[in-house]
Amino acid sequence: MTVTPLGIPRRLLEFTLDGQPVRAPEGSTILDACRAAGKDVPTLCQGDTLAPKNACRVCVVEVEGARTLVPACSRKAEAGMEVRTDTERARHSRKVVLELLASSVDLSTTPEVAGWLKEYEAKPDRFGPNAARVDEEPRVDNDLYVRDYGKCILCYKCVDACGDQWQNSFAISVAGRGFDARIAVEHDAPLTDSACVYCGNCVEVCPTGALSFKSEFDMRAAGTWDESAQTETTTVCAYCGVGCNLTLHVQDNEIVKVTSPHDNPVTHGNLCIKGRFGYQHVQNRD
Amino acid sequence: MDLHFGDSKPTDEERAAVDALLGPPETSWEGADRSDADLRWARGGRAARDRRDLLLPGLHAVNDRIGWISEGALDYLCRRLTVPPAEAYGVATFYAMFSLRPRPATVLHVCTDLACAAAGAPELCAGVEARLGPGSGVSVERSPCLGLCERAPAALAVKAGDPVRTAVSAPATVGRAVLAASAPDSAPEEPAAALAVPQAGDPALMLLGRVGVVDPASLDDYRAHGGYTALRRAFAIGPAGVIREVTDAGLVGRGGAAFPTGRKWQATASQPDHPHYLVCNADESEPGTFKDRVVMEGDPYALVEAMTIAAYAVGAHKGYLYLRGEYPRALRRMEHAIGQARARGLLGDDVLGQGYAFDIEIRRGAGAYICGEETALFNSIEGYRGEPRSKPPFPVEKGLFGKPTAENNVETLVNVLPILTLGAPAYAAIGTGASTGPKLFCVSGSVERPGIYELPFGATLGELLDLAGVRERLRAVLLGGAAGGFVRPDELDIPLTFEGTRAAGTTLGSGVVLAFDDTVPLPRLLLRIAEFFRDESCGQCVPCRVGTVRQEEALHRIVERTGADAAADITLLREVGRAMKDASICGLGQTAWNAVESAIDRLGAYE
Amino acid sequence: MKKRERTPPVYKRLQYPLVRDSRDAPFRRATWDEALDRAARGLGAARGAFGLFSCARATNEMNYVAQKFARVVMGTNNVDSCNRTCHAPSVAGLSAAFGSGGGTSSYGEVEHTDLIVMWGSNARFAHPIFFQHVLKGIRNGARMYAVDPRRTSTAEWAESWLGLNVGTDIPMAHAIGREIIHAGLVNEAFVERATTGFEEYRQLVEPWTLSLAEKVTGVPAAAIRELAHAYARAERAQLCWTLGITEHHNGTDNVRALINLSLLTGHVGRFGSGLQPLRGQNNVQGGGDMGAIPNRLPGFQDILDPDTRLKFESAWETVIEPHYGMNLTEMFEAMEEGSLKAVYCIGENPAQSEADSGQAVRRMQGLDFLVVQDIFLTKTAELADVVLPATAGWAETEGTTTNSERRVQRVRRAVTPPGEAREDIDILCDLASRLGHDWKYADSEAVWNELRSVSPDHYGMTYERLEEHQGIQWPCPDTDRLEPTYLHGRLWESDPAARGRPAPFGLVRHDPPVDLTDEEYPIRLTTGRRLDSYNTGVQSGSFASPLRRGEYVELCPEDAERYGVVVGERVQVSSRRGAVTAPVWIDTALRPGLAFMTMHFPDEVDTNSLTIEANCPIAGTAEFKASAIRIEKLPVATQVR
Repeated sequence: MTVTPLGIPRRLLEFTLDGQPVRAPEGSTILDACRAAGKDVPTLCQGDTLAPKNACRVCVVEVEGARTLVPACSRKAEAGMEVRTDTERARHSRKVVLELLASSVDLSTTPEVAGWLKEYEAKPDRFGPNAARVDEEPRVDNDLYVRDYGKCILCYKCVDACGDQWQNSFAISVAGRGFDARIAVEHDAPLTDSACVYCGNCVEVCPTGALSFKSEFDMRAAGTWDESAQTETTTVCAYCGVGCNLTLHVQDNEIVKVTSPHDNPVTHGNLCIKGRFGYQHVQNRD
Repeated sequence: MDLHFGDSKPTDEERAAVDALLGPPETSWEGADRSDADLRWARGGRAARDRRDLLLPGLHAVNDRIGWISEGALDYLCRRLTVPPAEAYGVATFYAMFSLRPRPATVLHVCTDLACAAAGAPELCAGVEARLGPGSGVSVERSPCLGLCERAPAALAVKAGDPVRTAVSAPATVGRAVLAASAPDSAPEEPAAALAVPQAGDPALMLLGRVGVVDPASLDDYRAHGGYTALRRAFAIGPAGVIREVTDAGLVGRGGAAFPTGRKWQATASQPDHPHYLVCNADESEPGTFKDRVVMEGDPYALVEAMTIAAYAVGAHKGYLYLRGEYPRALRRMEHAIGQARARGLLGDDVLGQGYAFDIEIRRGAGAYICGEETALFNSIEGYRGEPRSKPPFPVEKGLFGKPTAENNVETLVNVLPILTLGAPAYAAIGTGASTGPKLFCVSGSVERPGIYELPFGATLGELLDLAGVRERLRAVLLGGAAGGFVRPDELDIPLTFEGTRAAGTTLGSGVVLAFDDTVPLPRLLLRIAEFFRDESCGQCVPCRVGTVRQEEALHRIVERTGADAAADITLLREVGRAMKDASICGLGQTAWNAVESAIDRLGAYE
Repeated sequence: MKKRERTPPVYKRLQYPLVRDSRDAPFRRATWDEALDRAARGLGAARGAFGLFSCARATNEMNYVAQKFARVVMGTNNVDSCNRTCHAPSVAGLSAAFGSGGGTSSYGEVEHTDLIVMWGSNARFAHPIFFQHVLKGIRNGARMYAVDPRRTSTAEWAESWLGLNVGTDIPMAHAIGREIIHAGLVNEAFVERATTGFEEYRQLVEPWTLSLAEKVTGVPAAAIRELAHAYARAERAQLCWTLGITEHHNGTDNVRALINLSLLTGHVGRFGSGLQPLRGQNNVQGGGDMGAIPNRLPGFQDILDPDTRLKFESAWETVIEPHYGMNLTEMFEAMEEGSLKAVYCIGENPAQSEADSGQAVRRMQGLDFLVVQDIFLTKTAELADVVLPATAGWAETEGTTTNSERRVQRVRRAVTPPGEAREDIDILCDLASRLGHDWKYADSEAVWNELRSVSPDHYGMTYERLEEHQGIQWPCPDTDRLEPTYLHGRLWESDPAARGRPAPFGLVRHDPPVDLTDEEYPIRLTTGRRLDSYNTGVQSGSFASPLRRGEYVELCPEDAERYGVVVGERVQVSSRRGAVTAPVWIDTALRPGLAFMTMHFPDEVDTNSLTIEANCPIAGTAEFKASAIRIEKLPVATQVR
């Protein structure tokens, strides 16, 4: 809790959400207001530690007077706005967006998406067996994490986390254009020839499992990855005096993955290579 | 910034190309030899990071000199500008004109877009490729619209070197295109811009009046033909007076959105944040559009003067002219005109001795239709990928470099000159009540006299086509380009106004009027439009990135089908199209389905 | 440049106690009872000649019990930790100035400051997540200045990097101070109200003109002047430092010289303005706070204060020696003299981490009795009579640690320790019980609550509140409220009583590095950390870092050319104390005459056999940052590739 004696109290805005009057602090997004009101709007590219990119468009809602639908994740609430989250028009776009994504990439490790596909009655198969897909082999070019762009929905979160929002290493960028756009390092080289510092902060924010820790990737491949058998314990990293909080994911008494709480005042969900990957020494047991 | 560089080094020539743009490096940290002083004190930080906007010019510098951008060259450019190589790679791969792989020094861009396709582009391509095979030293690349539709089919040759050489071949034959590519210096000079203006010389023309009349290289000739009277009047009435005149004249944006220009300027001028910027959008890339090119080639000083007035009105001291990368002659003419204006004190610290400072910097696009979207254009100038930003905030509040920005296209800006010389009431009397003033139309396709036409708003489509000499067997007219809509030959009484086209359920767009006769197979045309959008989608949002692909796939499936055989795919097209229209970030995705939808609904394609 | 093939040693966890029957006998497995009995016997025999090395990586609770063990069971204040090898000068300097040894600001404040000075700190590598806060500050508009002999990754973010000669921080600081005074940029209100000794300071720095400083530091006068003005004119400024300041024979003086600048400009005791020493271990702050240092009782309370002693004596039912104990450095010297005969070393590896490591090993070999409690059989453990297998503090125990911004945070047990390994506190209690003190702690929270009862600064931090707030910064005297994120706001009070003791300027003088360069040893060797490695590499060596390339001696391109050596070529590196062979790496961040090595791979290249044990007389920290070396090409036959 870093108390900052800055800023003045935020004003409250009044607007209408699905016919109900709501109040939200100035600067809140429609999504903030929806969540505060307990309304479920699906999101994929939205990240709690990142500026909204509004690239996936699965969170679109209808705003009275707007020509198009607006993304709830980035659009700021305005006084007097009339927002409807569950109209046929909004549901149609969400459904098509889900169909477009599910028909082009592998969403098998994307949490919640199966439920949404069902809820919106999405039929990704309708584009036919020859529909173009992002067919990419997983890239295993280092021992710490794997890039499986066949699962990438191009949400930009990894780029933003690696870039000026957190890590400032700028190891990755979106390269190319349109359907051929991919997350890549310069000249599409292996990670080991790039500016990557293996902090894993991109993995931390990846919503689809396109980026995963090698430990998880290998266990999934071997069929031994079992989240229901895992415990999550938050402790403090031992590698320097900064005091980063680590959440250790443990399965069968082995640390299999390390994350950090996104609301932690020290890390905001970010770690360095040592905190993220330097746990092996504790389990060199035999 | 702690940037990571690989082991690749630039060649001397690559280094020279970058240094020619940026000057020699000052320290070893940005690429000079190591000196003792460097090892004791290094500057950096904000000033170093603030040079990002020179990335696109830097990429052009290398691509112009070498023909492609090597790892060593990109690294060197990044070192000079303190730009992360991965980001620079992302930017370079965004633009169609750059190659990150070795290719021949000469690239021949052959237009395969709507007007050219109807004028034999496929045969031209095949012929050229047969003659310029591997080893010819020429890379033949199929290109979206080159903005030479009045002379279709068209090809543009770019030969890297110092200086880079270009040659346009239009109308192109295989022989002429090959000549342009293999010896651009000895290719015949392009015809004068006036040849694209069938009405040239008509004293009633307000926007095109000087095209073909003045020497586009001569500032004095421009002034002898009324140039700079509008700017003088602007200074006389002050910025608020200019905005009032433009508002009262009823001028609305000519790029397609028809937003009131006076309101945009007022909103920019009143922003407390500074500096303010003026941006002229000359990234004219809508297939079938070439009016801005003709204005810039034929009357370049008019744009310089108009930009000066607009900047004065909104309180900007710096203007950017974002010029389409495929317009070499317009670039030369504008560079020359800006230089001349600067030399004569019409740009610079003290414009017209009025104590007002303004200058213009030209930025070249590099082959990305999306950069015509106003916020994508800002990102492009700033050295980022040309991806549209989310709005709000709107450019008048947070535009270029996050500062209040007025962005207008070329045609909108040059309308300011007659508004100030005639006065708002006289200008507003032209056209209809809701659409005032003159309008430029880009007519091409199945007409005798393709070119730019200037008509008062309110003329009908039929009148325009008569003027251009429409040929027999008209099958359809595409209004507004690929993002526009088709109308039938029996709808020629549609008045060419924003409100008239809207009432008719179509759009005026940027003023494209592409006529097709029944020899052009409609499904092929629609497929070409879908291909265009698939190629030009920036990829940022899902509805557009994947939607354009699914649209193209469906159109491909039904290219030879009709009726019930096509029905399922048409349903699919409609559903995807609706989501693209509703949920895409920017106008590209929102309009990508328009033309196809209109062809199905109005023309009965696939019936 | 390709990575060299390496087969780094992998340390295996200790699973059961080890003992040896005589000094020359090999280790054999023992039961806990046997090992503890032996340890108790050995330590019990050495009362009066005993020292305890506590662990800066273990929990606060463990450090509390360990220091209590030393003071109550063994009756000595001879307790210290690796704090000594890094940041003891920061603690000494800050407490001399402000009465408290902690950094004065918080990470969040760095995001909202106007100017950041990173002095002798490559935080980008050594404290990456702190540096993220710095980057937020930079993105918010702060200007950053870096003072470092090397142009590090950190320095590459700076508005201005000042590449001074190693060991000339005081001339640089004094010249900055003089320039601030001469430019009329002193915060007179603050100096008047909250400091003492300004006049003496002014006279002290008067000779340090910019041109003299340029001669001594090697940095252009204009650069020094710019930094002086930027720091003094900033409305808020953060001065951060790391081991580049402290690992010198006059480390405390260096710290004082930096603190002087904050006093001169009033950049302390306000939100956004402060001093941030960045600590190297997860609990180096907490270890000191818990009293695992020879001069302080838990809660950083001075042993020399009779009332404090009385409080602890009644709480612990014991008598506390009324004088400071020996610090780590002094304990090593006492081993040499023979007045320290037994050591209980918990979680430290001085055989590799001490400067002049050969000497450290020799001294420990001379002990009568050495108990090592660790998770690995380290090089230090190999010297022991009894080795006790412990748990990894951060993943196998419950407790708390305290970070660089004084934030106490919970650590939790996530995995079960291997074999018979036991928690440090349980082992300490069992030993205490064998030595006549029957301590019972139900769990770590019970230890913490005992600490809370004797340390006012920690009183308000219950486990429950630590959980609720994701850690709380000290001081936290109250269970109902939180204090400001910065320390020493009192200095700005208008009421002199509330203001408390004014902060004295430190009257410190330049003293160049002890290990002078000359014709025989012409190159200045400095040391530091890499991004993916940690200290002696015992922990960090075990994960497959794609960045790791092993130990190299890093030279600038000019020196490499001068010696005719190329990347990967093995060379002999010699100092006045020892010699190693190491492959060459070329780094453009270095300049002629300056070389760089790390201490991460002592099993490959024992860098600390080169470094000098020239210690700060106040804090005891050795001058790791400045040795004189020479580089020699090896005969062709032994070249690698």
